[in-house]
Amino acid sequence: MSNLNNLTIAKALELIDKKEIQVSDIYQDLLNSIKEKNKELNIYLNTLPDPLKEVKKKTNLKLKGLPIAVKDNFCVPEMPTTASSKILKDFKSPYESTVTKNIKKAGGVIVGKTNLDAWAHGSSTETSDFGRTRNPRNTNHLPGGSSGGSAAAVAADLTLAAIGSETAGSVRQPAAWCGTVGFKPTYGRVSRYGVIAMASSTDSPGPITKTVEDSVILYQAIAGHDPNDATSSKKEVKNLIKELDQTIKNLKIGVLYLDVEELESIKDIYQEQLKVFEKLGAKVEFTQALDPRYAVGVYTVVQRSEVSSNLARFDGIRYGSDRSHFGDEAKRRIMLGTFTLSKGYADQYYNLAQKVRTLFINDFEKLFEKYDILVAPTSPGFAKKIGSSEGTAMFGELEDMLLEPSSIAGLPGISVPCYRDEKTNLYLGLNIMAPMFREDLMVRAADAFEKNTPWNSWRNNS
Amino acid sequence: MNKYTPIIGLETHVELKTNSKMFCGCVNDPFNAEKPNIYTCPVCLGLPGALPVPNKKAIEWTIKLGLSLDCKINHFSKFDRKNYFYPDLAKGYQISQYDIPFCFNGQIQTQQGEIKIRRIHLEEDTGKLLHEIVNNEPVSLIDFNRSGVPLVEIVTEPDIKNGDQAQEYGKKLRTLMKYLNIADCKMAQGGMRLEANISLAPKGSTKLPNYKVEIKNINSFRFLKQAIDYEIIRQSKILDQGKIPAQETRGWDTTKQQTFSQRTKEEAEDYRYFPDPDIPPIVFTQKEVAAINDSLPELPDEITSRWQKEYGINTKYSHQLVVDDKTVSWTEKILSLSKKEDIKPTAIIGDIINKKINVTKKDDPEKVINIFKEHHQTVTINIDELDPIVDQVIENNQDAVEKFYNGKTQVLGFLIGQIMSRLGKKADSNQVRQALLTALKKSQ
Amino acid sequence: MSKIDQNTIKHISDLANIPVSTQETKKLVDDFLKTLKVIDELRQVSVEDVEPTHQVTQLTNVMREDEVAKEKMLTQEEALANTESSHKGYFVVPRILEK
Repeated sequence: MSNLNNLTIAKALELIDKKEIQVSDIYQDLLNSIKEKNKELNIYLNTLPDPLKEVKKKTNLKLKGLPIAVKDNFCVPEMPTTASSKILKDFKSPYESTVTKNIKKAGGVIVGKTNLDAWAHGSSTETSDFGRTRNPRNTNHLPGGSSGGSAAAVAADLTLAAIGSETAGSVRQPAAWCGTVGFKPTYGRVSRYGVIAMASSTDSPGPITKTVEDSVILYQAIAGHDPNDATSSKKEVKNLIKELDQTIKNLKIGVLYLDVEELESIKDIYQEQLKVFEKLGAKVEFTQALDPRYAVGVYTVVQRSEVSSNLARFDGIRYGSDRSHFGDEAKRRIMLGTFTLSKGYADQYYNLAQKVRTLFINDFEKLFEKYDILVAPTSPGFAKKIGSSEGTAMFGELEDMLLEPSSIAGLPGISVPCYRDEKTNLYLGLNIMAPMFREDLMVRAADAFEKNTPWNSWRNNS
Repeated sequence: MNKYTPIIGLETHVELKTNSKMFCGCVNDPFNAEKPNIYTCPVCLGLPGALPVPNKKAIEWTIKLGLSLDCKINHFSKFDRKNYFYPDLAKGYQISQYDIPFCFNGQIQTQQGEIKIRRIHLEEDTGKLLHEIVNNEPVSLIDFNRSGVPLVEIVTEPDIKNGDQAQEYGKKLRTLMKYLNIADCKMAQGGMRLEANISLAPKGSTKLPNYKVEIKNINSFRFLKQAIDYEIIRQSKILDQGKIPAQETRGWDTTKQQTFSQRTKEEAEDYRYFPDPDIPPIVFTQKEVAAINDSLPELPDEITSRWQKEYGINTKYSHQLVVDDKTVSWTEKILSLSKKEDIKPTAIIGDIINKKINVTKKDDPEKVINIFKEHHQTVTINIDELDPIVDQVIENNQDAVEKFYNGKTQVLGFLIGQIMSRLGKKADSNQVRQALLTALKKSQ
Repeated sequence: MSKIDQNTIKHISDLANIPVSTQETKKLVDDFLKTLKVIDELRQVSVEDVEPTHQVTQLTNVMREDEVAKEKMLTQEEALANTESSHKGYFVVPRILEK
């Protein structure tokens, strides 16, 4: 066998169990691939110098030392953590994030830190201070963001699986643009301790993987209560593995946002793909929701306000460079966020935004009384061309418009590939959302969709 | 100066003596740290990705303090971020409380009347700055051992009238907190910091003055009183001239015995307060607050008035003993033993306070009783020794004796004193008195 | 819509402790206006009797016991490891005037 880096986590574990391959074989192919492709794609900012040393220690653990790529806003002690910003270029964290600690505990090896929009501000990975990442499916296009590096790593088989973080779209959107699976858990389901904070009230670490099954394997490793994070949930973590290969007969599915005018020319594609659910026995119904345009306003204010405060600690005194080294996008967001919290404006902006946020939470509650899950396009269109984000003040927010409502409400959501354009090789994603802590419902539906359609390039060798 | 009514409010910050810091598990003992920056962690050092988790005990102690000061407790409360930049503020914001403090609307009594407590809230302390010359450059050195220490802030209404009352308030607050065992209030170590807001209103005016002077960085009660008294005079002189005192921050210069300008406050700072998204709100039920209330010990004021009623101990003495719960229970034991042994409580307490007997708080109450008894042990004098001295004193003090015969019986005390000093021994005063009266009757 | 001009940007730049050049200031006025246009759409929504949501978790009373967590504390070396400005265990900055 060659190109063992093309394996999924599940398949790799199966072959290792059967003793058909060794973990080190995977690394041989993987590290060669990284050497070959990383320069052009600019996925990894740093890689672990000697991963096999770590692998040796993990062979008895669940993940057996398999390689996991981690977005470079998760603090680890063994490599720099930069948030793709010049300010943290040389920052070596003295402590570890809970997520990476848990991955290591489960037997994963962090093979490298992936590129992101600087400070996770963006939906393109074009605003990284260390150069843009390219979409492996079509290198003239963007991978999406802010977890673009992680999504591209998976799409390019430069890792077996990856971890990203989502504030409003930053896991699901790049996953969709790169034709991969992006799993955003319920807010509070996965610890934020050690993740460089963006918008504290919506930040959710989550897996980006080749299959739904792989995303569940990683989810089980990282989900759970953390006493270091006061917003993390004490609720029991359900075993989602048993949701795979299950029937979705009579599952009530509500379809949102298909009438949004930004949907360009892809409405028909979605309508066609949704028929799969009906064929599998689910009940699909198109329905109305609160206009996602308002979520853009809410998210813009809340995110920038919280970010202006979260980035205040970067003053160059205890670590990093001084504040003049912030990139344009970061400066813009910090300034706007300072404004929306300032005297005389906080009421009109911050407080108003948090009230409209309540309206979205209430709207979803009402919808979930009727439906088990809600589905919608992940993104208003295919991955945009390189350079599309430049100079545009609200690029990210508008790209993530369809994801912002569920993010600000703290809901879980998973994006699965649901179409591939033959000409461009670019993908569309389907976002499947569930009520808080009902990841089981969305996994069931996502897995069923993946296994009954040809869009997953690892299940279907496309 | 009588033309004006001082409008004075006090803001006090007190470090709570919890084991660990407010939002992390670092050691809470900055003053005794041997080196700088040895009691830090990702949270209180403001490293990227770190998150705060509130200290339960600090919150309980804040409620205790509030209940002791007769405050109402907010059943729903939260922490807010106070955003500003300063090198000793690691995160670029301080976690504090803005519009829903844990406690509000309390009061404390002083000799000059009631002082209302507007609010009590909980927040975290900053690091410490030291100014030095390093390599010929003036620099500021930062130590984060103190960053994140729990700080309780007590704000009064502007009910304070003068330096004396401010001083009494400060001392009572300190006594209370030490007594509740929640803070050491060592002012010299920065464990208790006072700030005063002072302005003057024309006497009889109902409007609040349109300016406020803040006095900061005062580290003793004596300086507080002096600074306030000085300010009242300084401000009235300015007002007399028809001008308005500048709205500013002033410090106290103890050498020159005057306040001096530190910084002009042109506009109030914009802290952009918003609820800290990292910390879920704190909610109390009626039952929980009642339980904390029930767990309160008898408070210093209550003890003082009980001792007054039951034992006749005057407040000046009580204030020196109601300083912490150990000293109080020690004193209680002495008082109840005194009653049993038929010793006057005021006598023994008086002797303890005035250091007439050699005892310390470490001495067992029984031991103290015995030392007191020994000290007052009297000797019965042989009448052969006593009578001649009595006669001698009567002879040498004919004026006093005349006064006695004329009905001024209080002169006896003086004569007894004369006899006692000539005796040079600890005589039983009753015996001496009897001998004297007998002798006086004879001579009459 | 709020009035945004270069003075606004200068004031915000002070509050946010971010240095901005004159050129950047001009661009930022533009950016602000574009962004506020989107945000102002929020005013079209009725929020009468609606409470703000500051946290979606509905958690309350998450606290820790008053215990020292030695294993989470940093040594002095670790605390100073990421700065080039330290002196005898302290962080160093140019002299600050009293606040």
